[in-house]
Amino acid sequence: MSWWNRLLCLCRRRSPWIFHMNSGSCNGCDIELVAALTPRYDAEQVGVLLQGSPRHADIVCVTGPVTRTAAPAIRRVFDQVCRPKAVVAIGSCPATTNVFIHSRTLDGPLEKHIPVDVFVPGCPPRPDAIIRGIAAAAGLLASRGRESAPPLASEIPAQEEAAK
Amino acid sequence: MNLLTPLARFLIFPGLLFAVPAAWFVLWLERKTVALLQRRIGPPFGQPFFDFVKLLGKTTPPRPGLEGAMMRAWPLIAVSAAAGAVGLLPVFPLRGGFQGDLILLLALMEIPAVCLIVAGFTSGSLFGEIGSAREAVLLVSYNVVFLLAALSIASTQHTFRLEAIVAGPATPWRWLGVIAILICLPAKLHVNPFSLPNAEQEIYAGPMTEYAGFELAMWQLSHGLEWIAGVGLVATLAMPPSSGVWLTVAELLFLGFAVVLLLSLVAAATARLAIDTTVRFYWRCALVFIVAALSSAILVRWRS
Repeated sequence: MSWWNRLLCLCRRRSPWIFHMNSGSCNGCDIELVAALTPRYDAEQVGVLLQGSPRHADIVCVTGPVTRTAAPAIRRVFDQVCRPKAVVAIGSCPATTNVFIHSRTLDGPLEKHIPVDVFVPGCPPRPDAIIRGIAAAAGLLASRGRESAPPLASEIPAQEEAAK
Repeated sequence: MNLLTPLARFLIFPGLLFAVPAAWFVLWLERKTVALLQRRIGPPFGQPFFDFVKLLGKTTPPRPGLEGAMMRAWPLIAVSAAAGAVGLLPVFPLRGGFQGDLILLLALMEIPAVCLIVAGFTSGSLFGEIGSAREAVLLVSYNVVFLLAALSIASTQHTFRLEAIVAGPATPWRWLGVIAILICLPAKLHVNPFSLPNAEQEIYAGPMTEYAGFELAMWQLSHGLEWIAGVGLVATLAMPPSSGVWLTVAELLFLGFAVVLLLSLVAAATARLAIDTTVRFYWRCALVFIVAALSSAILVRWRS
């Protein structure tokens, strides 16, 4: 591994910029994610910055059980994030759709639409758990080169189509 | 003056070799100061450097055609203009420089802002366009004060040569001009209370919304170099004349540090102003102040 790659890995691990995406969450996890950035938990000490534009972000933090209307938006935002990128699913909803499992308005869980790297379970998870999840995703980014980047969401067939 | 001196000033000191690490340090200092004032720990030392290298290693979305070429060119033009402005700073008086270099310095300091406006419109993003429009309005309001302040400082010494202005005696009229430049700096550097153009979380990232990877890294670098140019200009103008190279460098670093701390303090203590309030502030309060300063400076010059 050349010195430039080593430097790049270090910098990717120490500078995770996140984009927050709500996919029909009850707002509980969103509050906890914001709490992780406040003075009490201060995610900026590990280099985390909340970005407004998905183009600037490295890590997409998704909350909520993925509603039907949110699903295309999630795929689009995931494609807008530049490689290398990672996805952190915050809370139990994106992992399992949680208590909303039989709802007819849902198209979850999140893994049906985009590849998820880190799950942070909890309903809602604590802010320190969220920071830990983001740090783990940053570590994945460091080990992930440009070659093994995940495919675009528009390239992945939806699960029911693949089953047919 | 041979060709080597300006080249060394542009490339080594106070140019690129010094200014790029200094820009990262200033960006870190600003973030750290704001964090400490909010009782946070804040980013670790060297965070802007990590951000820069990480952005260099990211891919950029494919941008075909003339628009794509322009989007790649704007940040590079901004960086070179800001680096040129830093290279012109009269760090060591009576070493190089030429008649009228103040005008060139002011022009080079304007180019990154103009690039930002055009970049926002080129990107075609709605938020970019809103940010660019805000930046254009802001440019028109603070620049009148900024240019008049430079003019009032120049008129006290009756020259547009930076070295002569810095080497001259520090009159009260020069101090008024320095204060006026200091009032314009937050708007020039987009920090609170004048962070309208890149109002984060309000219009996403303003003109930079569509930029990613290498281009975004260049924007960050040009922003840092703008910090160095602005803070350096204030520091060199406010610096008491001294003998000895090391004393000058120490004075400059101390003054620059103080200006960055002051701006960060203002940024942490204030909220973002609306565009009409900003325009009113510069056209009513600051303009009256600087017109009074300029006319008194010219009057004193004319009587003496």
